[in-house]
Amino acid sequence: MRFQFKTRYEQDIDLFRDNVDRFWYGALAIALLAAPLLLHEFWIGELSYVFILAIAGVGLMILTGYTGLVSLGHAAFLGIGAYTHAVLLKMGLPLVVTVPAATLLTAIFGAMIGFPALRLTGVYLAIATLAFAFIVEQALSRWDSVTGGFAGFAVPKPEIFGITLTDTVPFYFVSLAFLVFSIWATLNVLRSPVGRAFVAIRDSEIAAQSMGVNLAAYKTLAFAMSAGLTGLAGTLFAHKISFLAPDAFNILLSIQLLLMVVVGGLGSIHGAIFGAIFVGALPQLIAILRDFLPGTIARQPGLEPGIFGTILVLFILFEPLGFYGRWRKIKLYFSLFPLYKRATFKRQKSYTKSERFR
Amino acid sequence: MNLLEAKDVAVQFGGIKAVDGVSFSVSEGKVFTIIGPNGAGKTTLFNLISRIYEPSHGALYYAGSEITNVAPHKVAALGIARTFQNIELFEHATVLQNLLLGRHAHRKSSLVSEILFTPSVRRMEVEHREKVEKVIDFLDLEHYRDSLIAGLPYGVRKVVELGRALCTEPKLLLLDEPSSGLNTEETEDMAFWIHDIKNDLGITVLMVEHDMALVSEVSDEVLALNYGRVIATGTPREVQEHPEVVKAYLGT
Amino acid sequence: MTELAQLLINGAAAGCIYGLIALGFVLIYKATEMVNFAQGDLMMLGAFVALSLIAGAGVNYWVAFAGAIAVMAIFGYLLDAVVLRRVIGQPQFAIVMLTIGLGFMFRSAASMIWGTETRGFETPFTGGVVRIGNFVIADVSISIIVGTALLCLLLYLFFRFTRIGIAMQAVSQNQLAAYYMGIPVKRIFSLIWAISAGVAAVAGILLAPVVLIDVNIGLIGLKAFAAAVLGGFGSIPGAVVGGVIIGIIEQFSGIYLKEGFKDIAAYVVILAVLILYPQGMFGAVGRKRV
Repeated sequence: MRFQFKTRYEQDIDLFRDNVDRFWYGALAIALLAAPLLLHEFWIGELSYVFILAIAGVGLMILTGYTGLVSLGHAAFLGIGAYTHAVLLKMGLPLVVTVPAATLLTAIFGAMIGFPALRLTGVYLAIATLAFAFIVEQALSRWDSVTGGFAGFAVPKPEIFGITLTDTVPFYFVSLAFLVFSIWATLNVLRSPVGRAFVAIRDSEIAAQSMGVNLAAYKTLAFAMSAGLTGLAGTLFAHKISFLAPDAFNILLSIQLLLMVVVGGLGSIHGAIFGAIFVGALPQLIAILRDFLPGTIARQPGLEPGIFGTILVLFILFEPLGFYGRWRKIKLYFSLFPLYKRATFKRQKSYTKSERFR
Repeated sequence: MNLLEAKDVAVQFGGIKAVDGVSFSVSEGKVFTIIGPNGAGKTTLFNLISRIYEPSHGALYYAGSEITNVAPHKVAALGIARTFQNIELFEHATVLQNLLLGRHAHRKSSLVSEILFTPSVRRMEVEHREKVEKVIDFLDLEHYRDSLIAGLPYGVRKVVELGRALCTEPKLLLLDEPSSGLNTEETEDMAFWIHDIKNDLGITVLMVEHDMALVSEVSDEVLALNYGRVIATGTPREVQEHPEVVKAYLGT
Repeated sequence: MTELAQLLINGAAAGCIYGLIALGFVLIYKATEMVNFAQGDLMMLGAFVALSLIAGAGVNYWVAFAGAIAVMAIFGYLLDAVVLRRVIGQPQFAIVMLTIGLGFMFRSAASMIWGTETRGFETPFTGGVVRIGNFVIADVSISIIVGTALLCLLLYLFFRFTRIGIAMQAVSQNQLAAYYMGIPVKRIFSLIWAISAGVAAVAGILLAPVVLIDVNIGLIGLKAFAAAVLGGFGSIPGAVVGGVIIGIIEQFSGIYLKEGFKDIAAYVVILAVLILYPQGMFGAVGRKRV
């Protein structure tokens, strides 16, 4: 059992707990950087997709996991980011303009939906975000002149120093860089007053207010940051799917994003990453599963949402802490071995806690 | 000098006058206690001072300026901190994180510098941590520093709630029933802390309390409320012997 | 003038369906504070069960009606007893995700059992019309409006005058006190789910002659949220009134506004109500006592 002996306050502030952690993350970094040399191009593409999902997951985690505001329409932000970036690229603007512009515009949209949502709690907020997502989807479909309407359009392929950035390997490194930046920025915020204020809003709004947290400002900020990160993911997503059509950003995608954070483990960045790996790998897993299922079921077009639904239900019922929760339980088991008690994580009987008054 | 003044404050919920024309003033550096039966309007009064409720009538003054219409989140920056009757801690955070949140009113970093976690932000974090450590030291919370609130016993939670309020470096501390749910030993500790808060830290304390022994021990001045109205005010001895207070609240 | 009345009646009919689904939401929300995102899919299942009874087993329409309601009621009861009871006490977010997941499962299962093509079945109302002066009203619309009104009356009588109805009101207002009074809270929850599923089945069967049934008709449920929100989320009459209003708004936006607005009219209403008047028409917003 590794014991952390703290002698300086910086040890609580630092991103890594101790040198052992630094070693393992360093090894992971080297593995990821070397991956293009070792893995087949297909898997590099898959990893890029996981990175894109992870950026969106981190964005959603800030809002739902850390600030406690449920968003059922996050695909809308992905779409706004993707379309803004692609449209600006088509107009001839360089990458250094389109990416920040897309991120910023999506953040502004996030603030716009966040601001009126201030008085809404729990389910009402979820429904409002759902309504917002539908409206955005319709707007993207109908605004023919800019977005190409239902038909969509092909996303231009940008170049820097002669390298086409959408080729598999350069795209992999770009996605990885964006992901590392997103995680770093989010972790910085979480260890600062702003991040603590988010957690305070999730756990007790009244206490947060009495400690000086301006609820309106911080909730809007949470929405803006979350939307901004998701918009950044959207810019990469546009290149990934290479042909933008408004029905790519539908409610199924929003649910997939939520699935990611719930299944990964609410309330931690690790959860977002685990969730992204899971949802990224899901199509492959379903393909494998299809081989095992009897013919009639396997050939059904409705299979994929059904599997999403089943996974979601099973996780909520049996492992509400998600993959990261299970990972921590396993680590605890090994670190306490052989003294681990099975009842350590047993859930207590509880009554419905009314959320009509928070 | 009067740190807090209430002039004819009233608030109504539907037809019920929860607080009905209450006036009092709290001198700086003193411990002022409000007593009264349940439903007398004591916590409602606190909620008015921390601006969770809007008064329907009357005015509140703090350090000379009017605070009747100040936004609720600005109260902490003015120097008013409070604890809650039913403990409003952040369940899924550690004690340390709860206390660090008390420092929020003293946040001086901008959003961009926090995203980049510049050296100045790092320095400010260490400063916040040092101030929080002083409070942990004061309240003997070292043992619980990294524990999640969700697993802590009630007595410890009450102390963390007090600590979080102290971390805001207040001039006026509102304590809502600090000894409710505490056993004799813990109540004794609370009495010593209130003494030290007044004498060593120089903080003015306004508290609501039911434990008469504690009230007599620490208070400089007492106010008795019943049905939202003031029925007596004076030293602890005077109020406890007042006939109306005895009739409404203390019994014979 | 005729056109106006026509729009109103069509809107009211569509709105009644939204209202019925919203009624199901509100019933469950009032009692258990769970929001059932799968309510629309329960309606879809009800319609398909009726389809199987009529087209598959050749049963008479009215018997199939009753049969579908019974089947869905039992399904709702089992759903609560087996799945939802396990998540009592978890935060609302978990339950929202759970019901969304269940909705997906229902859609998937339905597409496997009944296929993905649109189907229809014979009803006594299809095709018939009633003429009053200049008005032509489809029998189907009348059946929907009358059916909704009857159902609301039945539910009102049930909640007001039966012991179980009163027990349900108790459970929705104070769960712990209801336990203390000896009310079997968990069974009441399951009963409420049963009633809700039954109401959804009625909505599905009344809707079937209008839009024909396929796996995705449950998505109307999302528009029904607009009805529930407009009516005030905890109010049963509000849900139905809200639904009718939404239905009428949709009809009018289809005629008087640009193309595409009809589809999002309901969602714009949701946002507008939530931003401007969160408690809806009949609801009440609470505040935590600290």
